Amino acid sequence: MSFDLIKTPRGAFNLVLVLLCAFMPFIAPALGQDYYTDVFARTMIWAIAAVSLNLIMGYGGMISFGHAVYIGIGGYAVGILTFHGIESAYIQWPVALAASGLIALIFGVISLRTRGVYFIMITLAFTQMVHFLSVSLEKYGSDDGLTIDARSDFGIPFFDLNDAMTLYYFIFALMMASIYITYRIVNSRFGMVIRGSMSNDDRMRSIGFPTYGYKLAAFVIAGVMCGLSGILSANLEDFVSPDMMSWPRSGDLIFMVVLGGMGTIFGPLGGAIVFWILQEFLSNITEHWHLIFGPFLVIVVLFARGGVEGLIGQLGGRRD
Amino acid sequence: MTEPILKLVNLAKHFGGLVATDNLNFEVEPGELHAIIGPNGAGKTTLINQISGMMKPDGGQILFDGGDITHMSAPNRCHAGLVRSFQITSILKNFSVAENVSLGIQARQGHSFKFWNPARADTALHDPALEILNAIGLGERAEVLAGNLAHGEQRQLEIAMALATSPKMLLLDEPMAGMGREDCERMTSYLSSLKSEYTMLLIEHDMDAVFALADRITVLVYGQAIASGAPDDIRANEDVRRAYLGDD
Repeated sequence: MSFDLIKTPRGAFNLVLVLLCAFMPFIAPALGQDYYTDVFARTMIWAIAAVSLNLIMGYGGMISFGHAVYIGIGGYAVGILTFHGIESAYIQWPVALAASGLIALIFGVISLRTRGVYFIMITLAFTQMVHFLSVSLEKYGSDDGLTIDARSDFGIPFFDLNDAMTLYYFIFALMMASIYITYRIVNSRFGMVIRGSMSNDDRMRSIGFPTYGYKLAAFVIAGVMCGLSGILSANLEDFVSPDMMSWPRSGDLIFMVVLGGMGTIFGPLGGAIVFWILQEFLSNITEHWHLIFGPFLVIVVLFARGGVEGLIGQLGGRRD
Repeated sequence: MTEPILKLVNLAKHFGGLVATDNLNFEVEPGELHAIIGPNGAGKTTLINQISGMMKPDGGQILFDGGDITHMSAPNRCHAGLVRSFQITSILKNFSVAENVSLGIQARQGHSFKFWNPARADTALHDPALEILNAIGLGERAEVLAGNLAHGEQRQLEIAMALATSPKMLLLDEPMAGMGREDCERMTSYLSSLKSEYTMLLIEHDMDAVFALADRITVLVYGQAIASGAPDDIRANEDVRRAYLGDD
């Protein structure tokens, strides 16, 4: 599992993606399309969520169909605290991340006792529970969502999330950190265990690994990381709503991971960018853009098992 | 008389109406190679599954190394020193040969909640793994993807993974399954070289290998031990000849 930005065609492709993210605030105005910067900020937030899903799905074989729930938890934690006048990031962020981790722990303890389709269905069911809970929160806007009056306050001079550039590069830095942390995790001893368990769980147990505990830990890490994307989303949009954790959002995350290449370090970033580009262009052509998008995904799954990254990799690089 | 390292007491398992293990009693002495033979469907693999903790028995007890392990999880049995190999090759095919063995070593080095340093660069894992691979004759193939090994080599890796956990006792489920004559002979002499170090329970269909290796043999038919004893006694036993070896 390489952190490759140079050595292979795929690495070069990754580098282009990273540079695109790094310089979009300058590229977008040059193209006369200022809103691209916002689109990319949003895409990077989704990429963080996809990176976290990839950790459990691409490296641990845990196909969670409810991963967007942590975006909602992270987002609502920020929204609700701000609603009650607590704007300090030093309270908001730990609370939001801890809440995401706690929910992941509870869901994981139960759902990891199942496998395959049952795991997919149970994670979906849990997410729907939280989704409907958020719909029932009349105090916090129910279906209409909750407008957030202020962004997380770090209390540091020149570091103000109300400044668009600061927020953009903060998101960029956290996205790169998420990718790097995932890279370290999957190559560590812990990562070997969850990847081994994906490859052959019975064998891993028989050579002495109680895999359940390791998978649960991975599930919680992924939940916390995805909660981070929820925090950032709340700050970027100044708004949270039940829609951000509805099940189609979880499906979108799975699309991004598959599109980018499951179990590849930069895959989720590529997947998130391609996802948004496709959505952007196809929805300009027709409002029934899913009609084109759906078959496209089928083709990717059938013919490019490694996703977009794998496709580029096949042009000359080695799969690893 | 020494204490047996493994002791089954009235072990029972059935699947619906089918009795797979029928109040089975037997003991394995420390240091011996105990073979279990029996016709197809005698319940041999089911027995290994129960001893290794992958299947719960319906009744009876499994005692290992002085403790009752009947309700112990499979990973914990491995930590207690009881490790199995699989009849159907069960390696991590998308991992390198060295990584497959490294995992066994990693498992015995305490918990793996270590999230940061790369496992691949860890000499505490790689060096002992290479040592085991060299001993079993796969040293040259360490960096090959396990799924790309030839069948015979995969069977060797199967054993290497079990050895990596530093067991006291090996449960070998048909280590020669699907092997050609030459590979069989190599595996037989390799297992023979392990006899001084490990207690082994061997299930095997290859009678040449069984009679060459075993100190004692138990014959299993329909989940029952119909005979148990030294290879020569088993060869001479009338019941065994009828039930299993054939009359010729």
